[in-house]
Amino acid sequence: MGHDHEHDNHLDPMAARVKALETILVEKGLVEAAAIDAIIETYENKVGPRNGARVVAKAWSDPDFAAWLANDATAAIASLGFTGRQGEHMRAVFNTPEQHHLVVCTLCSCYPWSVLGLPPVWYKSPPYRSRAVIDPRGVLAEFGLELPADTQIRVWDSTAELRYLVVPMRPAGTGHLEEEALADLVTRDSMIGTGLAIAAGEAA
Amino acid sequence: MKDESVFEEPWQAQAFALALALQDAGIISPKEWSEALGARRDAANAAPDGSDYYDSVVATLEALLAVRGIASKAVLEELSLAWIRAAHATPHGSAIELRNDPAWPGRK
Repeated sequence: MGHDHEHDNHLDPMAARVKALETILVEKGLVEAAAIDAIIETYENKVGPRNGARVVAKAWSDPDFAAWLANDATAAIASLGFTGRQGEHMRAVFNTPEQHHLVVCTLCSCYPWSVLGLPPVWYKSPPYRSRAVIDPRGVLAEFGLELPADTQIRVWDSTAELRYLVVPMRPAGTGHLEEEALADLVTRDSMIGTGLAIAAGEAA
Repeated sequence: MKDESVFEEPWQAQAFALALALQDAGIISPKEWSEALGARRDAANAAPDGSDYYDSVVATLEALLAVRGIASKAVLEELSLAWIRAAHATPHGSAIELRNDPAWPGRK
């Protein structure tokens, strides 16, 4: 279109507020610009649910690792190179036919970042945060997950200090699969408890 | 199977990183952060679909800086307006710098 004067840059109000915060904090020496870039790089590219899927696949394949994960999840997960932030501890909870685990943060958005990356939008939404505790079966139904009536659902409320990783049940008919192939069956939602691992043969 | 994009816009990543960097630097504790953010994320204040999550992150940062005496709300607001003016005064294709703000000639 044209040769009007719309050649200048545009900064929307939210972006400008964040620039203002950053300017102050960097000018006062409270945070370093390089540290901010490193954090963004990590969360955009390096951490995500593939980390957690590797933890789960190893637990399925290696009983010693599973036992370690059950006793000291922080250390077992760190042994694979996935370390959380200082002061954050991990606990792994294992689904069984009798008990299904579901993770929520009723306060805000505490999440096992080192193994799952950043939480999906619904995890941070008020309805999920309140209803997961009051009506977990109803929440699971909305995710398309209908559990047997005699399966108990246990809800874990994350905190700033303690985060949970759900270890879903290993799908039937996967005895022949290597860890790497098993990891492909482990979805993000299955590690939050709003889904199950993908049945063998259904993986994309 | 690709995971959904973690940030919808760059400012969301910046705000998130600032919150973590402040915790890394020990200026705020993780507990203090989650409680302050949580107070803005209850059902009465937050959008049911979670879409305003990073808006809450920014508001929480602003409030914490004010409480700590690092920067008042007014200072931050003036600075963000300066960034908007600087952006408009910066030719397309060039990096936006605060010194491009025509109303802020004394700034380095």
